[in-house]
Amino acid sequence: MGRAGSASRQPSVKVTGLTKSFGARLTLKSLDFQVETGESLAILGPNGAGKTTLLKILASIMEPTRGKIYIDGLDLKRDAEHTRRRIGIVTHNTFLYGNLTAWENLDFYARLYEVPDTKQRIEEMAAMVGMTQRLHHRIATFSRGMQQRISIARALLHKPSIMLLDEAETGLDQQATAMLWEAMKGEGSEKRTVIMTTHNLERSLKATDRFIILDKGNIVHQGSTRDLDLQALERTYHTSTGSEP
Amino acid sequence: MSFWRKVYAITRKDVLAELRTKETVSAVLVFTLLVIVIFNFAFGTQRDIIEKVASGMLWVTFAFAGVLSLNRAFVMEKEEGCLEGLMVAPVPREVIYVGKMLSSLIFMFLVEAIALPIFAFLFNLNVLTWQNVAVVLLATTGFVAVGTLFSALAVNTKAREMVLPILFFPIVSPVIIFAVQGSDLALSGAPWGSLFSVMQFLIIFDVIFLVISYLIFSFVVEE
Amino acid sequence: MKRYILLAFTSILMLVSLWMVFVWVPTEKVMGIVQRIFYLMVPVGWLALLSFLIVFIGSILYLINKQTRWDVLARSSAEIGIVCTTLALTTGSIWAKPIWGVWWTWEARLTATLVLWLIYLAYFMVREFAGEESRGARFAAIIGITGFVDIPIVVLATTFWRGMHPPPLVFEGGLAPQMMVTLMVSIAAFTALYFLLLVLRISLRNSEIDIKQLKGTDY
Repeated sequence: MGRAGSASRQPSVKVTGLTKSFGARLTLKSLDFQVETGESLAILGPNGAGKTTLLKILASIMEPTRGKIYIDGLDLKRDAEHTRRRIGIVTHNTFLYGNLTAWENLDFYARLYEVPDTKQRIEEMAAMVGMTQRLHHRIATFSRGMQQRISIARALLHKPSIMLLDEAETGLDQQATAMLWEAMKGEGSEKRTVIMTTHNLERSLKATDRFIILDKGNIVHQGSTRDLDLQALERTYHTSTGSEP
Repeated sequence: MSFWRKVYAITRKDVLAELRTKETVSAVLVFTLLVIVIFNFAFGTQRDIIEKVASGMLWVTFAFAGVLSLNRAFVMEKEEGCLEGLMVAPVPREVIYVGKMLSSLIFMFLVEAIALPIFAFLFNLNVLTWQNVAVVLLATTGFVAVGTLFSALAVNTKAREMVLPILFFPIVSPVIIFAVQGSDLALSGAPWGSLFSVMQFLIIFDVIFLVISYLIFSFVVEE
Repeated sequence: MKRYILLAFTSILMLVSLWMVFVWVPTEKVMGIVQRIFYLMVPVGWLALLSFLIVFIGSILYLINKQTRWDVLARSSAEIGIVCTTLALTTGSIWAKPIWGVWWTWEARLTATLVLWLIYLAYFMVREFAGEESRGARFAAIIGITGFVDIPIVVLATTFWRGMHPPPLVFEGGLAPQMMVTLMVSIAAFTALYFLLLVLRISLRNSEIDIKQLKGTDY
């Protein structure tokens, strides 16, 4: 296993030749890209471009048809337990069980991720998302925004070094959105690697360092978000994909 | 043994959720009771007929109750994408299979533990012998081994609950055949020796399908 | 070229077989003319099992490789298989009527064949219900594997269940040598027919896939 995790030259996430087909339908066409440790990448593109498919593959929810994914130098598939442990994901699905309490949900995930000092960690996370009062209430009694907040706590419970966000903002209320971005910044000295899919160009400018534009399964543009303003990004988007963001 | 710790986490989660609502067990139990009552209407009260069909009644009841219970196993994982949450976690796919299988097994055993005395009471049949209990345990394991696999499959289809019976019944037909034989022998007071071949076949089925389901489960959940 | 050889070979075998069944082989003394259906029923039952073996192999390879051609193999074989199983049930029934006076009997072999038929049915239904072509292929492969493993157990169970009575299909004194030969030729002819149909069906399926791809729709 070796050097993974230390401040090495290895990219945090490296994708080579990633292809995904559903039967005859080719959804992702041999993608190559990488994200350095601590970097934030936005994946933009019109609907149907393959953004969610890409994220699901990175999250191990789907298997690639061809190609490889490396997390800190480790093969995502072969070293599944070690690589998945470093990844946290927030989507509009909360991954929470309605009939269990927030505590029970978080405790469940803590067991799956083998989080040490479970009690302490759960309380810490609950405090971070402002849900300490409701920890022992059932998820089903929460509003959507509160559920999303617990979902964020769930995603960060195991101190992932990589965060995947799939249109994570849709359905979040203002408070939860603010919490999400605070949490993204990382804990302590470790800055998190973030990969997010989004339709919100403004947000991607503010929150990320780089972006790629996906269209019909191909990467049609890669670039830095530094020194880029909204109009420039919109223009690039339009030229690359021929559609409006 | 982190494998078993994670299996335990999943089984524990299912049991916790069920304890909170008691949805599955109560629904299946009510269904079982209704089926028993309908059997009474269907077969009447003549003692000799009841004795002939007792074993069959028992297993028709448990087979259908089993489908009902197994259907629920993965439905809860579909909501809020929880199954994806399990797949994202550093947990081998097989752990999900074993965890869900064990919790379904627990629920089925619970239902059967309540249904058997009801059977004994309503039909005055000696269904609570050790021999019969052994048959019930083994056959239920067979149901759940296969049913957990197919439940995960069914929940990903358009017709969901309707798919499970279509897949399930042909495959577990041997279990039903053996179980009916076994219960029949048990009800007529046969000694353990005569049950040997039935038990043997049930164990063979259980082992084969536990292994097969364990091996191919990941293909069901991974797109 | 290979296809035409196979076609010629199959045709010859079939013609020989038909001649043997209808002209050459002597009539069975107990059951009479209707017994000749035996020479159709056994081969067709054999094909039902052979087909599922190929389904099993195709299913395993498909799950490992995810290459469409294995799914095409499995599916084509399943199509032939379900037709053969239906034929087996039908011929079994047609034979049963004059011999036992009933259209159906729950004897071991017929029951096991019925269960096989239901497994084939499940194979196709799960494809339909999966909603998406590649998912349907994957799920069908699951059924292909579990179903195949199940078949010997089903045969065991049905024999065990009905085991107490001697199987009514046993001929008194065994098969006369001419009958044995006829049966063997029949089985060979039908096996050749299976491979021919399989090759044709796979080729047809591949064309269907190509067309769908050209049209741009999900195959």
